[in-house]
Amino acid sequence: MKITVRVWRQPNSQAEGRMVSYQVDDVSPDMSFLEMLDVLNERLTHEGEDPIAFDSDCREGICGMCGVVINGEAHGPVQTTTCQLHMRAFADGDVIDVEPWRAEGFPILKDLIVDRSAFDRIIQAGGYITAPTGAAPDAHATPVPKDDADKAFDAATCIACGACVAACPNGSAMLFTAAKVTHLGLLPQGQPERDSRVLGMVAQHDEEGFGGCTNIGECVAVCPKGIPLETISRLNRDLLGALARGDRN
Amino acid sequence: MTDPQAPSLGVDANALYVEGDPIADTKAPDGPIDDKWQRRIFSARLVNPANRRKLSVIVIGTGLAGASAAATLGESGMHVKSFCYQDSPRRAHSIAAQGGINAAKNYRNDGDSVYRLFYDTVKGGDYRSREDNVYRLSQVSTQIIDQCVAQGVPFAREYGGLLDNRSFGGVQVSRTFYARGQTGQQLLLGAYQALERQIAAGTVTMYTRHEMQELIVVDGRARGVIVRNMVTGELETHFADAVVLASGGYGNVFYLSTNAMGSNVTAAWRAHRKGALMANPCYTQIHPTCIPVSGDYQSKLTLMSESLRNDGRIWVPKRAEDAELDPRDIPEEDRDYYLERIYPSFGNLVPRDIASRAAKYVCDEGRGVGPKVGDFRRGVYLDFSDALSRMTQAQIAAKYGNLFDMYERITGESPYEVPMRIYPAVHYVMGGLWVDYDLQSTIPGLYVAGEANFSDHGANRLGASALMQGLADGYFVLPNTIGDYLADGPFESIDESHPAAVEARQSVQARIDRLLSINGERTVDSIHRELGLIMWEYCGMERNEEGLRKAIGLIRELRTEFWTNVKVLGSNEELNQALERAGRVADFLELGELMCIDALHRRESCGGHFRSESQTEDGEALRNDDEFAYVAAWEFGGGDQPGDVGKPVLHKEDLVYKFIELKQRSYK
Repeated sequence: MKITVRVWRQPNSQAEGRMVSYQVDDVSPDMSFLEMLDVLNERLTHEGEDPIAFDSDCREGICGMCGVVINGEAHGPVQTTTCQLHMRAFADGDVIDVEPWRAEGFPILKDLIVDRSAFDRIIQAGGYITAPTGAAPDAHATPVPKDDADKAFDAATCIACGACVAACPNGSAMLFTAAKVTHLGLLPQGQPERDSRVLGMVAQHDEEGFGGCTNIGECVAVCPKGIPLETISRLNRDLLGALARGDRN
Repeated sequence: MTDPQAPSLGVDANALYVEGDPIADTKAPDGPIDDKWQRRIFSARLVNPANRRKLSVIVIGTGLAGASAAATLGESGMHVKSFCYQDSPRRAHSIAAQGGINAAKNYRNDGDSVYRLFYDTVKGGDYRSREDNVYRLSQVSTQIIDQCVAQGVPFAREYGGLLDNRSFGGVQVSRTFYARGQTGQQLLLGAYQALERQIAAGTVTMYTRHEMQELIVVDGRARGVIVRNMVTGELETHFADAVVLASGGYGNVFYLSTNAMGSNVTAAWRAHRKGALMANPCYTQIHPTCIPVSGDYQSKLTLMSESLRNDGRIWVPKRAEDAELDPRDIPEEDRDYYLERIYPSFGNLVPRDIASRAAKYVCDEGRGVGPKVGDFRRGVYLDFSDALSRMTQAQIAAKYGNLFDMYERITGESPYEVPMRIYPAVHYVMGGLWVDYDLQSTIPGLYVAGEANFSDHGANRLGASALMQGLADGYFVLPNTIGDYLADGPFESIDESHPAAVEARQSVQARIDRLLSINGERTVDSIHRELGLIMWEYCGMERNEEGLRKAIGLIRELRTEFWTNVKVLGSNEELNQALERAGRVADFLELGELMCIDALHRRESCGGHFRSESQTEDGEALRNDDEFAYVAAWEFGGGDQPGDVGKPVLHKEDLVYKFIELKQRSYK
């Protein structure tokens, strides 16, 4: 296959960026999208041109480090992570636009790399259960209904890639936030901090410059882990309850 | 020091290494094995809560071991500085572990116990691990599950609400706890959340996109690190009373592995160059169930959890000429379920090293399947059709859904319809920095946890034991032993003008300047890939004297090529991914040689280290306990210049088996 990629190039966070076009020959349909960029980068290096900077680490769809907007869609045409997207999803002669996540909460560092540290700060604001090492009772002390455990797991599979934010017209990170609120809120161990968690995390979410959720649902359409929109309803319920119960935060 | 008694190595002037003094003491308490750990906890000096606030610890890496250690030390009141090269601590590669975590809970009532987990781990490691450490690991395993459940890790449960278990390779009990096929992810997020809680509490300061470049040793103690801010390029100097390396394994020396793209040896290798011994570096685990290579552009290999071997059956055609047929058209009588045939009692659940080599042999015989890579087809079938007739597709999906989906995304084939194709790939390294019972390296104040140390898995790690060890080290072992060292602290206050810090920083700067100034013809990746091919060919699943000698020569040539002909564009003062990779590959090029020397000197087969000269009549690994029942701990023998590795010095730690009888492993 021969394809053309038009890539966002921006040397650093202060510089202006622009789209630059590159022709890539000898693309195999079995290559991953990032391997196609690797091949392009090898060529750019030989030609003395700065290779395209992009994030990736595990390249098996679980670490959440990769993620670019491909032809206007977060992670591209298949609902998976960018590293798991393969070139068989494209056709010979395609022109493919590649851009970084664009959101107020995710400033660009270089080319396709953005700063997602806001997600860590949202977790710091309550996305945990206080269980100091060594203080735990036996694992079987509290049975958890299988259905609750399974639903908690489904929400806990969020990889914090940020596609939900990139896809949202409001630049909202509510699906990410709700996934953690749902995971911990469904488990008996998560109950004592349930109110303070949702209040703290939502406040931090807003402080980071992410927009509000208006239930558009673009986030779930691109989420590589299939986190359901229902998690946001659950967050809203928890939030209203916590606000109604008053000042536990 | 004397030259080793190894005539076949053609020693004298050309000796590849020299032998130094043996290691006399691992600092494990004497006496009965079942209360050694309790006695060590009691004998370790404590630091009172008020004084803990005056102490500081640097932790490199935020995988299971690093994140759990940083969080736990932070909870105790110490000041912790935590570093990771990724954009968030949650990305560390522990997250990719799929199958599960072992614990001797005996919730199944199937005869499990701490002693049995201990026994299985020592046996699985082919009698090349330290009994005391493994016993402690087994003891601590039960606490890990309790801790993780309390944190909200959503383990798989049964309808009664209690935890589910599965069985794993190399054992006959069900002691593996799991969270679908994403156990590593869920355990890491538990540790990550505990870490973030401490960051919010102010006990831990987090530095993301920072990579360790050098260790600072002052008056014989590890006192700090030089790190590079990967966004600005700034070299930063950080000091503490102790340094913990939890920087993971070095499987990427093979270029293609199941490790993350950024996984590297630099932190450990820099410590090694400063005096920390590197133990058993040749012990590499080749995982039997990975997706086969599809082309030259391949950047990494993807694991399919070995839990799949519980329900999948491995086979190849009996006849090489059937290799191109649709596997569904090959009748039962023309299939060779070779693991079930050769190992009737363990069948598809034999340990990883045995399963891997068996796959290599059937492919070497020409009976492999899938596309040809070179002259051979490198793949075997992992077939779920029996399981699919026994269980519904929904039941299979509940157990393996994400793995099946991942396989289909990568290969374009659905395992519900066509058997998977799998082949072994480098997955884990049992070798690592040498540590004593307290997890302290040979540099006082430098502790090593998780895959970065060598301590628990001997020559082969059993499935679901890496997560167990990482969390055991980070949550329970290290926090109980490091206090004994820190009881002498806080140590003398030092700043960036200290000669040791200046020297460390200048050496890092000089190395970076040199990498940027070569401006040759070869990209970093092309050299890394070439190194990987050398390692895989000569220091992979099967090794021999001739190949290893050849590999050492090739690596030396390649290292020269790297330092004279690599091309790294751009500057240090920017986000420069090629420069990051160049620094890592430079260290892999030194490590690769040591791995080959270690493999060459160990003229026996054990676990993942298979020397073709040392095998039984059946082609199984043949140990030589009389000569090699020891840990090979290597001291750096080279100079300051990049690439100058000199002659390493071998220190032997004898492995004494007081509780388990050494036997030839048999899984038949």
